[in-house]
Formats: sequence, C-alpha cells, structure tokens
Amino acid sequence: MSWVLANLDLLASRLGAHLLQSLPPILLAFVLAVPIAKLASARGWLRSSVTTTAGLLYAIPSLPLFIVLPIILGTSIRSPLNIVVALTIYGLALMIPTAAEALRAVRGATLDSATAQGFTPWARFWQVELPLAGPALVAGLRVVAVSTVSLVTVGGVLGVPNLGLLFIDGFQRGITAEILSGILLTAALALLLDALIVLAGRLLLPWSRPARTAKVRTAPRAGQQTAQTAHQAAQQTGEAR
Amino acid sequence: MNQLLLALQWLADPARWSGPTGIGVRLLEHLAYTALGVAIAAAIAIPIGLLVGHTRRGRGLAVTLSGAARALPTLGLVTLFGLWFGIGLTAPILAFVILAIPSLLAGAYSAVEAVDSQTVDAARAQGMTEWQILTRVEVPLGLPLLISGVRLASVQVISTVMLAAYIGNGGLGRFIFLGLNIQDYPQMLAGSILVVALALVIDLALRLLERVAAPRGAARA
Repeated sequence: MSWVLANLDLLASRLGAHLLQSLPPILLAFVLAVPIAKLASARGWLRSSVTTTAGLLYAIPSLPLFIVLPIILGTSIRSPLNIVVALTIYGLALMIPTAAEALRAVRGATLDSATAQGFTPWARFWQVELPLAGPALVAGLRVVAVSTVSLVTVGGVLGVPNLGLLFIDGFQRGITAEILSGILLTAALALLLDALIVLAGRLLLPWSRPARTAKVRTAPRAGQQTAQTAHQAAQQTGEAR
Repeated sequence: MNQLLLALQWLADPARWSGPTGIGVRLLEHLAYTALGVAIAAAIAIPIGLLVGHTRRGRGLAVTLSGAARALPTLGLVTLFGLWFGIGLTAPILAFVILAIPSLLAGAYSAVEAVDSQTVDAARAQGMTEWQILTRVEVPLGLPLLISGVRLASVQVISTVMLAAYIGNGGLGRFIFLGLNIQDYPQMLAGSILVVALALVIDLALRLLERVAAPRGAARA
C-alpha cells in the first residue's frame, strides 16, 4: 500500500498512456468493421471467407504480432503506432464477424419494405439497417473494448510505457503491490470503458432493451407487420437524433 | 525484409532444432504446458458448464465470471504468480488454468443451451433420465460448440505459455525473450514465427475436429 501511495504519479501517467493506446484501436476497429462487414455481406462466399480469416487472425498471439508487424510497417517495435495497428487488427478480428452477423440479422422483409417506402439504399442503410443492427454492434464493441485494454499490457514486455510495464518492473524488482495495482487498474479501466459503452448504447439506441418489434409473432399479415417495423425503425432513428 | 531473411536462416539452421535448448524441445515443452493447462481447466470448467447449461441455473453468474475474466491482463497474472510462487510449474500452470476456464465454461454451457428444447423434451418424454439426456442428447448435439470452447482456451493458453517464458519457464517464448535481451531481432522474429505457426496449426486442427464432431443428420448450429 505504501508503494502505491508513493507512486501515485507513476500510476496516473501509466494509466493515461494506457488509455491513449487503447482508444484508437477500439474506435478504428468499430468504424472499419461495419463497412467491411457490409461489403462482405453482399456475397455469401465473401462473408464466410472474411469471417474465417478474422477467426484465424484472432488465434495469433499478440506478442508475435507486435514483433512481426514492424517489418511491414517500417516502425520500431516500441512505436505506439505499431501497438495501435496490431490491436486494431485484433479488434477487427473480433468485430467483423459480429458486425456481419448483426447486419444479417436485420430481416430482409424489413429492408424490402423500407425500399418500398422510398428509402434510397444510402438512407436505408443509415436509417433502417444500422439502427436495427445497433444493439448487436454495441455488444460486439464491448468485447473489443475489454479485450483491447487487456492486450495493451503485452506491449509492456517490449518496454512500451503503459500499465503492462508495471508488471515487468514489479516482477524484476519484486514489488507485489506494483503488479497488483497494474492488474487492478487494467481491469478497472476495461470495466469502466465497458460501462460507458453500455451507457452510450442506451442513450443512442433506446430501442435496445427488449427487442419487442422483432418478437411479435401474432400479427395476422406479415407484410403489414414488417412495414410497421420499418416505420417504427425510421421513427426511432428520428427520435434518436 | 532483410530481417525476415535472417530469421528464416535462423530457423533453417539444423543445429537450432536439436539439443536440450533446441526448437524441438521448446516446441514439446510448449505443447505439454498447453495440454496440461487446458486439461486441468477442462476438468474443472466443463462439468460446471454442462451443469449450468442443463439446469439453466447459475447462468448469470457464469456469464459474468467469463466476462470479468476477459478483463484480467494475462501478463499481470503470470508475473504476479511468478513473484508469489517462484520458479517452477505452480505459477504458470495456475495462470493457464485461470485463463482457460472462461472459454471452456462458456463453450460447455452454450453447447447444452444450443440444443433445441423440443428435442430435450422429446427425450424426456421417452423416459430418458436427466443423466441420459445430458450424455446422449445434449453433449453429442452440442459437441462442436464444446470443442470450440476447447479451441479458444487452447489458443489463449498457447499465447500465455509464450509469456510465461518471461518468468523463466520453457516453451517457444524463450527464443523471443532471449532475442529481446540481447537485441537479436532475427531470433525474436524466428521465435514469433514459430509461436504463430503453432497457434494456427492447433486452431485449424480443432476447427477440423469441430466439423467432424457434428453428428450426422443434425442441423448445424
């Protein structure tokens, strides 16, 4: 405990650096995964090969990726850019299959009725498809955020200053408190980002909680129901803005 | 690219493959640690996961535990246990088991849950005991998902075994940390290539097993 109190400055700076290294990969993975998943979902074979590639990428351990990437990027191993690119690849590996599944789960009839109501493909994507896929995308983003914050620590082995460096330094100097504070701060940061994403999801996508419209099975005419769903979706998007 | 050639040269040297610190021994160590860690974790997590899936009780707790465990930094656990238990197998194995449990638990309960509840009801109506339902209906039908849990746990442990070389254990991570200490980038690169290859081979092998394990005639989950 005395170690923690004597080193609050160090902990704060490591925590700040950790956050700065975690945010770009999380945001990049989210922003890039949706269009990639959208393009891939246009064709079945493309979707399955993209999903398989993503699964294999995720199997690659992080440290080797940090070591191999500089050959391609031309950066140094300790460069923050190297860490950001590597973690973006992991984020994409997690996010692309989730996004593809989220977009696929939006019912074709819903999209057809939106088209029938005069939505252009562009408007239909933004106002119907994306909002309906939103809750599943948020669920995927939560996984990406938690896993990224945890993976950033591996950079500590290479000497990149973040919470991971506390493990290395604590191990070499035999300070249990330093390692424990690193673990607790990493977990706390991960859970904090997770909670913020949940909160943002509730505010931006108020239809997230129970998927009421999707579960109604008693409507007599399917066509009528999907038109209603599309209409409601469009309304809800309007409300969200 | 020049560095990559040096790394490939390093790998191609037959002298590096034999001997007590050669690639052959390190590869076997890596596999043995992984198998041991996954086996112990499976012995704990799979029965619990099957029970949770079958009874539908404690699901919330299992999901929360699996989620929270994802937030634990692997390197932190490895160094913490290394400091507490010193050199030896206790520290790394404990870390492997803790990190493998979430994937195995999730694989086991989702395997049972994915089975159509009408199928389970039909089995019950035919007079099967709960044990028979679990072992003859739910486990065979959910086997691909169960194996996918084993696959994710194995890949996670392979990566952790590599990090455990930092606290003085064997395995392919040795080459990476040796290279890091003496600023020998080609050796780090060669070690990385070996670990990546091992992870991909194990991942693909278990993916293949998932396909083979799917019972014929059952709808694909």
